[in-house]
Amino acid sequence: MGKPPKKRNLADKVRKAKTVTEIKNNPFEVKINRKKFDVLGRKTKHDVGLPGVSRSKAITKRKETLLKEYRQKNKTSKIIDRRLGEYDSKMAPEDKILQRFAMERQRSHDKKDMYNLNEEEELTHYGQSLAEIEQLNDAVGSDDETEEKGLLSAELTASHFGGGGLLRKKTSGEQKDEDGGQRAKSRQELIEELIQKSKQEKRERQVQKEEAQELTEKLDQEWKSIQALMVKKTSTGDQADKPQDKQKLEEYDMMVRELGFEMKAQPSEKMKTPEEIAREEREKLQKLEAERLRRMMGEEEVRDVAQRQSQTHMSADDLNDGFILDKNDQQTLSYDDGKWNITGASEEEEEDDGDEEPGDSGEEAQSDAEEDEEEVDAEEEEEGEEEQEDEDISDDEEEREDGHSDLESEQSDAEDEAPQEEAKPKKILSKEELKAQQDAAKAELPYTFAAPESYNDLKDLLRGHTSENQRLIVARTQKCNHPSLAAGNKLKLQKLFGFLLDYIGDLATKTPPDLATADKLIPELYGLCQMFPDTACKSLQRILGDAAHGMEEVLEDKGYAPLPTLDMLIYLKLTAQFFPTSDFRHPVTTPALLYISQALTKCPVRSLQDVTVGLVLGCLAVEYISFSKRFLPELVNFLLGILHVAVKDKKSLGYNVVPPFRGIGKHCDLLVLSDPAACNSWSKRAMPLSAVQHLELSSEVDKDHHRLSCLSTCLDLVKRCSLFYKDLPSYADIFRPFKTLLSNHLPVQMLPEVLHALHSDILEAISSATVTRAPLVFEKKKPIPLKLLTPKIVEILDYGKKRGSTREEKERERLKHKYKKEFKGALREIRKDSRFLAREKLNDVMTKDSERKRKVKELLGSLASQEGDWKALKRKKRK
Amino acid sequence: MAPAKKRNVSSEIVDRKCVKNNKMDPDSVVKEILESKKHANDVFDLLEMLQSHKEKQAINAINACSKLFCTLLERKDLHCGTLPDEEEALRGEYTAQQKYEIFMCHRYNSCKEIIFEHLDHEEHSVKESALCCLMRFAESEGQHPLEDLDWSEHYSFPKELIQLLVGRLLSQTTDNALLLSRFQEYLEMGDVRFYVMGAIRDSVTKVMMRNKGMPLPVYQNNVFSLMSNISMPSNESELCTFMITQETKHEDWKATKLNEHRRAFEKMWLCFLKYKLPPSMYKRVLVIMHDSILPHMSKPTLMIDFLTAAYDVGGAISLLALNGLFVLIHQHNLDYPDFYKKLYNLLEPSVFHVKYRARFFHLANVFLSSSHLPVYLVVAFAKRLARLALTAPPTALLIVLPFIYNLIRRHPSCRVLIHRPTSQDDLVEDPYKMDEEDPAKSCALESSLWEIKTLQEHYHPEVSKTAKLINTPLPQQEDDIDELLEITAFELMERDLKAPSAKTIPLEFETATQLLKGGGDVLQEHFCLDLL
Repeated sequence: MGKPPKKRNLADKVRKAKTVTEIKNNPFEVKINRKKFDVLGRKTKHDVGLPGVSRSKAITKRKETLLKEYRQKNKTSKIIDRRLGEYDSKMAPEDKILQRFAMERQRSHDKKDMYNLNEEEELTHYGQSLAEIEQLNDAVGSDDETEEKGLLSAELTASHFGGGGLLRKKTSGEQKDEDGGQRAKSRQELIEELIQKSKQEKRERQVQKEEAQELTEKLDQEWKSIQALMVKKTSTGDQADKPQDKQKLEEYDMMVRELGFEMKAQPSEKMKTPEEIAREEREKLQKLEAERLRRMMGEEEVRDVAQRQSQTHMSADDLNDGFILDKNDQQTLSYDDGKWNITGASEEEEEDDGDEEPGDSGEEAQSDAEEDEEEVDAEEEEEGEEEQEDEDISDDEEEREDGHSDLESEQSDAEDEAPQEEAKPKKILSKEELKAQQDAAKAELPYTFAAPESYNDLKDLLRGHTSENQRLIVARTQKCNHPSLAAGNKLKLQKLFGFLLDYIGDLATKTPPDLATADKLIPELYGLCQMFPDTACKSLQRILGDAAHGMEEVLEDKGYAPLPTLDMLIYLKLTAQFFPTSDFRHPVTTPALLYISQALTKCPVRSLQDVTVGLVLGCLAVEYISFSKRFLPELVNFLLGILHVAVKDKKSLGYNVVPPFRGIGKHCDLLVLSDPAACNSWSKRAMPLSAVQHLELSSEVDKDHHRLSCLSTCLDLVKRCSLFYKDLPSYADIFRPFKTLLSNHLPVQMLPEVLHALHSDILEAISSATVTRAPLVFEKKKPIPLKLLTPKIVEILDYGKKRGSTREEKERERLKHKYKKEFKGALREIRKDSRFLAREKLNDVMTKDSERKRKVKELLGSLASQEGDWKALKRKKRK
Repeated sequence: MAPAKKRNVSSEIVDRKCVKNNKMDPDSVVKEILESKKHANDVFDLLEMLQSHKEKQAINAINACSKLFCTLLERKDLHCGTLPDEEEALRGEYTAQQKYEIFMCHRYNSCKEIIFEHLDHEEHSVKESALCCLMRFAESEGQHPLEDLDWSEHYSFPKELIQLLVGRLLSQTTDNALLLSRFQEYLEMGDVRFYVMGAIRDSVTKVMMRNKGMPLPVYQNNVFSLMSNISMPSNESELCTFMITQETKHEDWKATKLNEHRRAFEKMWLCFLKYKLPPSMYKRVLVIMHDSILPHMSKPTLMIDFLTAAYDVGGAISLLALNGLFVLIHQHNLDYPDFYKKLYNLLEPSVFHVKYRARFFHLANVFLSSSHLPVYLVVAFAKRLARLALTAPPTALLIVLPFIYNLIRRHPSCRVLIHRPTSQDDLVEDPYKMDEEDPAKSCALESSLWEIKTLQEHYHPEVSKTAKLINTPLPQQEDDIDELLEITAFELMERDLKAPSAKTIPLEFETATQLLKGGGDVLQEHFCLDLL
């Protein structure tokens, strides 16, 4: 048993001596695993094994780990190496050495140098004192050195970089030879000599330097005199010369850097001709229209989001490079706390432009402003009317801008410092005066505004301004806080939208309502809405939800609710303007329409004012469905109810009215004329929206006129509805009550002449509609396709693996397999370990035994020899 | 003797107080009266206080009186049996004790009178304490009866007192709803309930007879609120709380028998409904009819007359009567001729707008769930509902459309309404006659549901989607109507408001420039911003 391990050990030793290639080439070492199939192109790891090598590796490893542990077993004491970083494998060995050294030094320092004050250690670098090197450093700075020995002399490099050891050796060797003779000189003397030498050298260098200085100055002066001849301009004084040089250098540097960092010119898109732009816009509109239609049908499709978002108006001069004029580009006049701000930059610009005509600069500024305006508002020119209005607005602006630029150019025409002087007294002006000025001239409206943080801020901002100015303020606030200018601006503008909505609501609830201002603010709100659809959606949803909730509560309480107030009507109108009303389902317009329908069904009509509100709602409802032509039963019911209210004789009705109206009872004669003669003096006029909130009709004639207005509006709405619903299969059933009512109870003769046409139109439309009623049939089913018999081709990606199982099963299989393998491996390892240990134990026992044997033998031997000696002695004695 | 001393001291203090304030503490007066018969005449002070106009004083006096007379009843210090006249008693041959008893009994009666007056007091708190006091008297009287009981069939229940009380409570001039709701807690007790029911019947008969059957809204309102407060026990075991427990033959007492209770309940209601009611009262009765009246009657069929009359009234009252009728038809085998024809004629545009819409559709769903109905009837119903749907709000449409679909599913022969592949030529007129009252003659079978086709164009997406279901064969599974019945417009709106918003919200691309512009400029045509 003892033999084989010994042998192996020997073999190991031999093997260790050999290199790997040697082992691999040795056919006795290599075991080749037999392959069952030879697969082309497959690479296997395990075709060749080196059992000897691996076995010896395993044995050494065990010796290092297992054997050590075994030997340490049952031993309580052990030796721990406490040297710094001994067990820290992360620490680099050099670091280890360094730190140990440092610690050593510290320890010795603490012990010895406690009371040692003077004797400081000299810091060295490659054996040279650092102090000396510093001295040398001075010498390097001087120009002399370069003259004497080239820039990269051996000394220099040595002193600077510590290199050049070879060269230095030589010199030191020479020195040694030189010094060899004068060994007698003491160290003190030697040092003194050295010092003297160095001082002398220093002095010489000083002198040389001064000389050079003088020479260069002389040269400079001479050059200047020549320069004066060459260039007309008188150069500045000597003293100013140097800083200027420096400045020049900086300027130059800046130029270089600027050029380096400047964006490289990029190919821009071709300038578009007006025709092209027009065509593109038309195409865009067509696309939007198509999309609207698709949404109306309620088909859900994946749409490209980007296209919708990036719809901004492009002017003919737009290079489409995302360049937006912001306040830095535009010369602006601004107020800071009610005081004028005129920046120096703008003055300079004005100065440059001073030669040109004042009007030009004004026009430029104005055109800039216009562009800006257009971009922000994302205006699209569609109809002639709108264009006209746009022009009006811009004309307005033009005037304002012109006035302003005149003012500015006048200032700039004055002397350089004049504007500053002018500005100063203005700062002193009292606030009231400023206010007066603001009121006096539009031109003095500030150009920059901070975005309001709260609703009250906005109110303060807009208070006391005319409606046009309020619009301008909002527009400018919006421009100054464009999201592209700063990070927080987006949030500010989103807030602004909410505040503006509230503001409009407030305007509408005022008595009398300030609708003109609300009207002016619409484009701004629209712009904001286009920018932040989500916020707009949330705000309007909140308003609608609150209103509907309020109505619901009142309904539960009383069973009926009052008609919505003017602000709600305005919100409904805004909803229709900001969001498409034709969508099959829309997060804002669908609830809005539901709200309208709820109001039309649940709110009883009890006064002329209610009738007016109802008609506004009716108009809104008609607008909501004007594009999609959807069926709105509540609207039809309501219009019928309104007409019913105008019928004088309520007996033998051929139709049913739907709640909230009642066939007979109170409030059923609201629109019946008190005096039929009022028909003659009445002419069709638009009713004021404020009538919704407060209707004051003093005389009976006025009341009758209002009644007639309501009636005409109602008839018009009926007419529109009858046109919308012409194609519905139940058209006749829907409009039959109208027919009976108009022909039997409210005949033409009872109406003023203006309404005759309307009346007859409606009746004609109703009777002329001939909807053919095809019996209903289910839609034809799509034929179910036959089963396809072509083979299904599945790509097999992993050969030799089990197929047909799910991924989880596969994973399970894999893990099972792995576990088995690991388990086997561990078992094998444990067996090997125990075998190894047993072997070692046996070894121990054997060595112990042999030792004992040897000792016994020795003892026996010595005893035998002793015995022998003794016997021999005995024999001798006997003899 | 310490307590006696104390008492003396306290009474002295009270006396002094009386002298000082010229105002007496009713509690101390009561104490004195109870203490000795000497102070018996202080009762007059108490009665005086009782008539005080001050709210607080009156309440205190009421409480004191209740304490005094309850104690006296307990001590049996009140005269028992027929009460002689006061003067007579003084003259008559009675012992001092008997004289005292007669005297006190007279005071007790006058006290009751005053407290009954207080039931009409302006202050609710006074009314309430008066009511409580009277009930306490009733309780005490019940336990310590003032009459000989041997020949009284009502055992020891103070029937007269309760009758008077009920008569007072059912005022013809003031609405006593609050007081009646307070009274409800006494109605929990079986005997009180029983005798109150009897008292109500008497009162109603008397008052209505006097008024010659004309409706008295306030009175009837009071009666109704008292009657609707009565909660009947559903079985004998629940009948266990009593105000007065009879010592002898308790089991034989009428008030302990559920059957007697039911009979009394039934008589009471029939008596009430016999007279003409105001319309709002009609509705209120009909609303509670099916679950709090019919189940507690001993013979529910007696309600048939009332319900059929209500069903013939029309409008909302008919809708409500349906529920009671349904119970009778379903559980009591009522055969109602032309029931479906009437139901058919109940379908009017207002059906979708009234408060009881959910109840109506629930019942209609039950009535039309039978598979034995003739096809013409079901088709007529479907067609009529569809026609009415043209005027309905979206919440109602979401009920009606599944309702119609369910009808078609249950009666497969109705499918012609939405699928008629055989006929070739298109019709010009709808063959259905809306004005025909008889569903059999309405020609609904020859028609199609074009109305639903129309509603496919409805503005609300969900209605439109539901309406579009008729384009394809309907799925077999019936829709559950009950889930949809209670939906409100606001809930419908919230579906859109609360829905997780889409990635991008579509925006209007036509630029808004003016308030009144856009959407066909309808608003601009008829309205302007200002008077100018």
